[in-house]
Amino acid sequence: MPLIIYKSHDGSTQEVHAEAGTSIMQVAVDNGIDGILGECGGCCSCATCHCYVDPAWAAKAGEPDSTEKDMLDCVLESQETSRLSCQIIITDEMDGMVIAMPESQY
Amino acid sequence: MTEHCIIIGCSHAAAQLVSSLRQEGWEGKISLIGDEPNLPYHRPPLSKAFFVGEKTEDELLIRAADFYEKNKVDLLLGSRVTVIDRDAKKITLEDGAEISYTKLALTTGARVRKIPFTGSELAGMFYMRDLNDVKQTHKFTGPRKSAVIIGGGYIGLETAASLRKIGMKVTVIEAMSRVLQRVTAPEVSAFYTRVHTEEGVDIRTEAGVDAIVGEKHVEGVRLADGSTVAADLVIIGVGVIPNIELAEAAGLTIDNGIAVNEFATTNDPDIVAAGDCTNHYNPIYDRKLRLESVQNATDQAKIAAKSICGKPEAYNALPWFWSDQYDLKLQIAGLSQGFDEVIIRGDSEQGRSFAAFYFSEGRFIAVDAINRPKEFMMSKRALTAGQTADPLKLADESIEIKDAFN
Repeated sequence: MPLIIYKSHDGSTQEVHAEAGTSIMQVAVDNGIDGILGECGGCCSCATCHCYVDPAWAAKAGEPDSTEKDMLDCVLESQETSRLSCQIIITDEMDGMVIAMPESQY
Repeated sequence: MTEHCIIIGCSHAAAQLVSSLRQEGWEGKISLIGDEPNLPYHRPPLSKAFFVGEKTEDELLIRAADFYEKNKVDLLLGSRVTVIDRDAKKITLEDGAEISYTKLALTTGARVRKIPFTGSELAGMFYMRDLNDVKQTHKFTGPRKSAVIIGGGYIGLETAASLRKIGMKVTVIEAMSRVLQRVTAPEVSAFYTRVHTEEGVDIRTEAGVDAIVGEKHVEGVRLADGSTVAADLVIIGVGVIPNIELAEAAGLTIDNGIAVNEFATTNDPDIVAAGDCTNHYNPIYDRKLRLESVQNATDQAKIAAKSICGKPEAYNALPWFWSDQYDLKLQIAGLSQGFDEVIIRGDSEQGRSFAAFYFSEGRFIAVDAINRPKEFMMSKRALTAGQTADPLKLADESIEIKDAFN
């Protein structure tokens, strides 16, 4: 099971062994990780699961589709590697991936 | 005595409340009581992805089962609370068992409004609220079968889109002169009528229902004009009513929902409430609201958890909603009720992408954005920040949406 490292805005981290095939958002919600809400349940409607993929891992996370891109264009605190975590489906290659959460989601 | 928070109602709000309680440092016991046999699950997909079989029952869970274990939550599922005794600070279950609390949270949600049509008892007639309702409908769905949906609101229209996806013949019966009349501008209603018609749905407005007809199971719906529409399946979606009875019997203040203050607290300082069952004051719109939405359930539950943990924070969130039908992603920010002007960005009469911006006395109050995530996101930000918008810029697509707010 790949290990995902969630990094809070204050630098503290939580490590979770995740099931491949679930989303970065769902794993956060299942583990009560603050900073990722996922109100819409993963249908790319709310942007309450905005995260930053560690640049070293950005290529593994893939590219956002056009709806997600449009949403990310307008989120608060957008960065180069911003993603909606409900749209990143975990694979075995993501073992060790670091995901940071924006301060505005706390 | 050990601190014990009892949560009544296994809902979206409950799933958030459990998480927020632990995040805020609640070390006492937590019990979650629900009358359905399921852990809290996402209700929106019931009329959409779950209905058409694209999501499984497990995938509906808001949080996986081991979340409740890890957070030491006592689960009493399939169990109904009959009495709240505020003086003794205990609740009574259906089987007579009594449980003491130090803090109580009401997340009882809402239930469907039922209409006693003649023929309501026939097999094949459903309301859409619970997982169990939707599972039962599957016996009556299938390609080339017919469905009649009573009610042209969001639930009715989402269900219509799902039924078309599985190849059913669908008729929507709406009593008012247009679908979505209660919640959108005429332009948006006309758009949804056009798309549903293009997708093969027969929409009948200003149509009254006389009776549901059939021998043992439904065979059709007889309308007020005497005509009958054939149906193997009838689904009624005409709104919900808040579950306030327990609270009312316990002497809590009721005002179109369980009345709570800005801290999600009832008139009993040890009892909080969150979600569809509450009535609360919204500072952005300066009025009392009873919202039926995931956003309110989640955000108000966070506020309720803070109050329970002695860290009160005032609730001040912008309502937002969504509805997925066919290839349409509708995102709504704010409340459009009371609008006196609508600005359309894009073309609502052709294609499938535009946004309707609502104004009241010159103030920007809400947006319905269809396949327009940027318009939704920027409006949500502007409304939250108390910014208004320039109607001329909104209507002009050559101007970036970001530059239309001030």
